Amino acid sequence: MEFNNEKHIEKLLAKYFEATTTVAEEKELQAYFNGDDVAPHLQEYTLMFQYFAVAKEERYTGEVPVTRSTPSNMLSYKKWISVAAVAVLSFGIYFTVNNQQTNSGSEMTIAEQQEAEKAYQQTKEAFKLLAMNLEKGKEQMSYLKEFEETKEKVFNK
Amino acid sequence: MNASSFLDTVMPFKDKMFRLAKRLLVSTEEAEDATQEILLKLWKSNERISSYKSVEAFAMTMTKNYCLDRLKSKQAGNLKLVHSNYTDESVSLQRNVENKDSLEWMQRILKTLPEQQRMVLQLRDIEQYDLEEIAEMMEMKNSAVRTSLSRARKAVREALIKTHRYGIQ
Repeated sequence: MEFNNEKHIEKLLAKYFEATTTVAEEKELQAYFNGDDVAPHLQEYTLMFQYFAVAKEERYTGEVPVTRSTPSNMLSYKKWISVAAVAVLSFGIYFTVNNQQTNSGSEMTIAEQQEAEKAYQQTKEAFKLLAMNLEKGKEQMSYLKEFEETKEKVFNK
Repeated sequence: MNASSFLDTVMPFKDKMFRLAKRLLVSTEEAEDATQEILLKLWKSNERISSYKSVEAFAMTMTKNYCLDRLKSKQAGNLKLVHSNYTDESVSLQRNVENKDSLEWMQRILKTLPEQQRMVLQLRDIEQYDLEEIAEMMEMKNSAVRTSLSRARKAVREALIKTHRYGIQ
């Protein structure tokens, strides 16, 4: 039994060095060499398999750098959004304040001035026309006066 | 992918990444730095992660490439390696002394191997990945992995037999 086992291990070892063993067979080798009853002539391999078993126990003790809950590209995305928001807001405030100033102040744009000028001229024209017609009417009134005089002459006779 | 699901993905193999990094860079501090760096890179490429069919294999490949880059720049910069550190808290006291020797000795032997063989041996004999997985991680062909693994194992055996015979370090 013992002998058979040794033969089996030797066979596995030969395959092992040709790298044709399976993972399961290699686990078997590791188990054998990490056990207590290794055959004397196989002793020289124990170091190797014991080392593999021990080396597997080493752990990464550093931190996993994800605690800053968002990945950095997401972070910068958010940052730029806020920058854009501030820019839009300040532009908006700037323009509304500017607008109010031009409305309340005496400053007018050229177009507005021209518009006002035009309106003024048109009103003047309209008033002139009215005055002319009124004058005409007043002239006609003189005939009325003439009529009154003749009427007076007739009745007073 | 949010932080917790990322952690769930990464947790099972972060130790493997670290061990591979340490196998190549030798110093614990440098291996930790490297692992952290790669985890950060993975976290940054977060959205793309789900499109990879195996995040683990991808992470191991990243580790490999990162460490090889580090080694290359180190050779250029002529920096010194620190390698007097290892931890084995998990091993029972009874075997402690024996294992310390074995650890140091095996580490020294493995350090003499070419980087590719060192990585293949690490991935197979310590992490026990399949040949196909190793081929994917190493960006090699299956047959090339097998050859490399066989050479690495034989080289370790040679070194061990030599010590066994002369009984010296």
